[in-house]
Amino acid sequence: MQNKYADEGMSLIVKTITRFTVWLIFLYGLYIFIHGHLSPGGGFAGGVIIALSYVHLTLAYGKNFVSERINRSAMHNLEALSAIFYILIGLIGLYIAENFLQNFLGKGTLYHIISAGYIPILNLVICVKVGMGLYLVFYYLASYQVKKTGVN
Amino acid sequence: MPVELWLYFILTVMIVGSIACLEIKNILSSIITIGIVGLALSLAFLFLGAPDLALVQFVFEILCVIILIRAFAKRSVKLTALKRDIPETVIAVVILAGIFVLSIFALKELPSFGKPIVSVAERYLTKAGMETGSQNIVTSIILNYRVYDTLGELTVLFTAILGSMTILRKIGRKKRDAK
Amino acid sequence: MILYLMCFFLFLVGLYGAITKRDLIKIILAIGIMGYSVNLFLILIAYRSGALAPILEKGLEFSMVDPLPQALVLTSIVIELGITALLAALAIRIYEKYDTLDITKIRRLKG
Repeated sequence: MQNKYADEGMSLIVKTITRFTVWLIFLYGLYIFIHGHLSPGGGFAGGVIIALSYVHLTLAYGKNFVSERINRSAMHNLEALSAIFYILIGLIGLYIAENFLQNFLGKGTLYHIISAGYIPILNLVICVKVGMGLYLVFYYLASYQVKKTGVN
Repeated sequence: MPVELWLYFILTVMIVGSIACLEIKNILSSIITIGIVGLALSLAFLFLGAPDLALVQFVFEILCVIILIRAFAKRSVKLTALKRDIPETVIAVVILAGIFVLSIFALKELPSFGKPIVSVAERYLTKAGMETGSQNIVTSIILNYRVYDTLGELTVLFTAILGSMTILRKIGRKKRDAK
Repeated sequence: MILYLMCFFLFLVGLYGAITKRDLIKIILAIGIMGYSVNLFLILIAYRSGALAPILEKGLEFSMVDPLPQALVLTSIVIELGITALLAALAIRIYEKYDTLDITKIRRLKG
């Protein structure tokens, strides 16, 4: 893979290994939040693991390489949209069931993967929100250039 | 080996690690030491029967250490080398020791370790599986019984993230439009 | 009892750092230590001896620890990371403005 940012980031060995590990970390994050109502984990842990896979890519390849390939304004939009979705789920609960944010889906059978009503949907929303938000904070903190203003 | 012995060991590691973290002069060592304290806390959660919290604490600690290292240690920010102000430190240590002695009387009133106080948990433990259909009771509490709580939490997190983005923005939007 | 005291001692170590250190990075780390000790204290109170994690198993009955403090602490951990990121961003801007992180030298109030 030839690119013009080849000398940024870490060494060639790290970049080659990263190409194999980043998908595994991403898949682990997906697994954690999909099984959030069955086993330890949930939206928060899954979201941060997904954010960590992006952080892994950024640390290994350098921020210029990543910022060309990842659409950051789409990340902003996804983060804000997931917050709206949370409210929307609450309003659907208000419309179908009785109260705001009440469970409006069937409970399913215990111990099955499709169960627990709206808990997996809320897990997905929280996962997207936490993952995108924390990755964006990391990106801005890492790419901020301190310029000497010369006061004091 | 009973749980208490493990917890004595882990808490000793945490106390020594936090004192070291506050006294070390090098910034990278200081941040790595607080990472060790956080991972010890994750281990303590695992012994106390909270695997959810252990996972979350582990993952968040890693992200916290990466953020702090990228924010400070990569930029060659220097720690301020100062002489210790002796009277100030002595006064602080004396006051904190006084608080510690007073806390003995307060903590004596708590039930001893291993006997929980809260009795509302019985309902969650016996009925949560039937009422919500979720196998993991902690998830069923944060996303079904107390879902307003999570809504507030997401608002706080959103505000914190928005605040740090606003602080770190390079050019204000108005100035860029004027150019 | 001794465990609670050790946990409170950890809180006091963080408080000591927050009130005597002059460096902004050390103050951020001290606030983090205080957060750790509070989280650990809530979970220590919730523990029931011999109990397992609050996850149901098919066809098994066993005693479980109190799940309510765990849900509260899960909230607290997430917010703590957001606050750490916010404090780090503020400290970077202060370093850019004043070229120092020593809180006794940051005296000018006008921007």
